[in-house]
Amino acid sequence: MLRVQSDPFDPGSELSAFAQGRTDIGAVVSFTGVVRNTDGALEAMEIEHYPGMTERAIGRIMDEAHNRWNLSDVLVIHRHGPLKPGEVIMMVATASAHRAAAFAAADFLMDYLKSRAPFWKKETRSHGENWVAAKDEDEAALDRWT
Amino acid sequence: MMDVLYFAWLRERIGLPKERVETEAATVADLVEELKVREERYAMAFADTSSIRVALDQELADFSAPLAGVREVAFFPPMTGG
Repeated sequence: MLRVQSDPFDPGSELSAFAQGRTDIGAVVSFTGVVRNTDGALEAMEIEHYPGMTERAIGRIMDEAHNRWNLSDVLVIHRHGPLKPGEVIMMVATASAHRAAAFAAADFLMDYLKSRAPFWKKETRSHGENWVAAKDEDEAALDRWT
Repeated sequence: MMDVLYFAWLRERIGLPKERVETEAATVADLVEELKVREERYAMAFADTSSIRVALDQELADFSAPLAGVREVAFFPPMTGG
């Protein structure tokens, strides 16, 4: 399941509801992305996205995860709009019969969401605004899966 | 006619999120050259295309890709999701 939304969400309750009541699942792995403020200067973050392409791109990445691993279910929730430090940006959860597939698929989904889902982060800091630059290592991380 | 969309700092530099463009450009690169000669703000925004990505009808594409039949072209910086 995929949700792209501006509203906040509770990753704990989403995870509880994910894959609930199924007995074919032996492993659930989840990742939650949070707005960090390690230097204390971040005041706000704005996430811009490309409506339509966002859903298509993430949907394709989820399909690819299903093709590569034997997954029972996949959940991606990604927010856009204004966020404050400490707020949840997004979450990924994967469910499988065994943990290896669930871990690998969650790792794969995160690598691709970072560099292939059309989101752009803008930070407002005490000294001004800046667009977060993509990191070379994030692009290089995709090579692990080819 | 096609819709041309801009995101993130490209949108800010050009000053609008979307416009209708009348063009005979054969490829994305040709369209970029047409836009660059329009006005200084386009020339500034497209000065370094190595830091720009393009999507044709919401699919990532190369600057050498043909525009025949394309309805929506989007330009944006490398994505920073997750």
